[in-house]
Amino acid sequence: MTTVILLFGVTVLTFSLIQLVPGDSMTASLSETALNDPAVVSAYRDKWGLDEPVTTQYAIYLGNLLQGDLGISRQTSRPVLGDLMTYVPATLEIAIPAMILSVLLGTGIGLYAALRHGRVGDQVVRVGSLLGLSTPPFWLALVTLYVFFYVLGLAPSGGRLSSWITPPPTRTGMLTVDALLAGQWMTWWDAVQHLLLPVAVLTCLTVATLVRFVRSAMLEVLDQDYVRAARAKGLPTATVLRRHVLRAGLVPVITVSGLAFASLLSGTVLVEQIFSWPGVGQYAFRAASGLDLPAVLGVSLFVAVVYTLVNLMVDLLYGVIDPRIRLS
Amino acid sequence: MTGPRIDLTPSESGDPVTTGTVPPAPGGDPRTQRLLERRRWAGRLRVRSVSSTWRQPSVVFALILLGVWMLAAALAPVVAPFDPVTQSANLYASPSAEHWFGTDELGRDVFSRVVHGARLSLPVAVIIVGVALAIGAVLGLLAGYLGRAADEVIMRVTDLVFAFPQIILAMAVAAAFGPSTRNAVLALIIVSWPTYARVIRSSVLSVRGADYLAASRLLGVGPVMALRRDVVPNAVGPAVVLATLELGNAVLMLAALSFLGLGPRPPAPEWGAMIAAGSRDLSMWWVSVFPGLAILTVVLAFNILGDALRDRLDPRYAKGLS
Repeated sequence: MTTVILLFGVTVLTFSLIQLVPGDSMTASLSETALNDPAVVSAYRDKWGLDEPVTTQYAIYLGNLLQGDLGISRQTSRPVLGDLMTYVPATLEIAIPAMILSVLLGTGIGLYAALRHGRVGDQVVRVGSLLGLSTPPFWLALVTLYVFFYVLGLAPSGGRLSSWITPPPTRTGMLTVDALLAGQWMTWWDAVQHLLLPVAVLTCLTVATLVRFVRSAMLEVLDQDYVRAARAKGLPTATVLRRHVLRAGLVPVITVSGLAFASLLSGTVLVEQIFSWPGVGQYAFRAASGLDLPAVLGVSLFVAVVYTLVNLMVDLLYGVIDPRIRLS
Repeated sequence: MTGPRIDLTPSESGDPVTTGTVPPAPGGDPRTQRLLERRRWAGRLRVRSVSSTWRQPSVVFALILLGVWMLAAALAPVVAPFDPVTQSANLYASPSAEHWFGTDELGRDVFSRVVHGARLSLPVAVIIVGVALAIGAVLGLLAGYLGRAADEVIMRVTDLVFAFPQIILAMAVAAAFGPSTRNAVLALIIVSWPTYARVIRSSVLSVRGADYLAASRLLGVGPVMALRRDVVPNAVGPAVVLATLELGNAVLMLAALSFLGLGPRPPAPEWGAMIAAGSRDLSMWWVSVFPGLAILTVVLAFNILGDALRDRLDPRYAKGLS
């Protein structure tokens, strides 16, 4: 329920942004040629109820949104939602592996740092995560691309597939999956090679955020009496870690993965352009730099909805993992 | 940039806070000895004063970095050998004795632009943090102290802002307002004040029910006086820590916005925009590598300082993490 109210509020926020546009939202949403066409202009005013009071305008806006109408992109002249749908699979293809890797690495490294608390290993992890948090994502992407493509020649220059390879028949839109489904191993391998750098960069950034949380969560668990008791009764370290430390430490880790997801979403917006990766992030980059307001607002609304739903899922998962917390 | 909103991250600098004093008679085996050694260190670290925070190597490093950047910002016209916006025919010159960081796609000296970039980014970051902190402090105090409806309204607004990843909302706001330095600053203030409001509200809440506050009320202390004497001092520590970390975040987000083309207009020497310009041709690495290092070092310095301040000022992180 709170999620529904929150999402409703989010639409009020994006609507107010449209209202705040200096001048007329119409000039920001329509291209030059469209503005010179009286028919288009009056159709637009009609559709968004621009001659009505603000509250009615909002009702119309919300009605359009609920029907999946996010407006028309000025750059592509296509519906924003349709654009987004074509770009989502590419983003998922790097976001899913990056998310999985981040959670695994983040938990592992965080636990390691907690176990080595105050010693060299901990310090190294700490410096690493601080560096990761302080690096502009797009710059890290650029430097990785420079080193692995330009200097070492180990990675492709960007994009999802080498130009000489025909894309596999579209089923999911994720090229690696489609290639596998079609049994095209060469295509699959080529797609995987293109994935590596973007995934690595996104993972680095997200792990840097995660590690700090995991480390402190684990430190707290390690300090619990039951862990000391388990150790004292002579259980092997591995068992103590698996059964007593990781189990209890996972609850905060799951909460934080919602946060990791946010950093991942922001990361794609700043990183995809560098890797010429045709995903939502690149779409957002182009929309922003081209001042394509309907597309920018569409992307932000879309991201906010996805992010809110992920946080809801995290809350639900929380209840599953920790029996002490159940939704009322 | 992509950093957490409410920074819950506890202490990073691990000073082991074991309560023991140095036990006598060292044990025989090396493990016990190592343990005792650590205990001894712990004892020493425990008594350190505020001034010792400033003597940690990482903090000294951060202070030096920041000092250098602040000098660069203050003295940019003196330090920079060239004008940051004057173009020349010497396009894409690689780093040399004349152009330490090379020249960019319009023949401008990258070193001069990086130095002038500090003059742009640092004050802007201070403005963003200052205004956002002021707004957040007022609203956070109101929410925490008044409670009820005021609290409800203010917290629901912060929820709205937190429904977006920070840079995404900043991007939307900046795009709606139009690209300029002023609008980028506005956008970043809009997305960052809720963090302060929440932190300050929670430190207000932590003392609201305290007996000494009730006692001072009984003594006839008015709400304004109570706020000033008993409530605000409690919120100062967390706010200072947050503001320090947010200075770094502001630099990072400003760079991200102008990377997206929503920051200061060209030819302003903004670090994020310089990286974007350099990304067009990989072989001219110097055009984007140096501004990136500038952002990295500034943000890193703020993050180290913020962490150290947190260990010092925020009692929650000083205990229970040994």
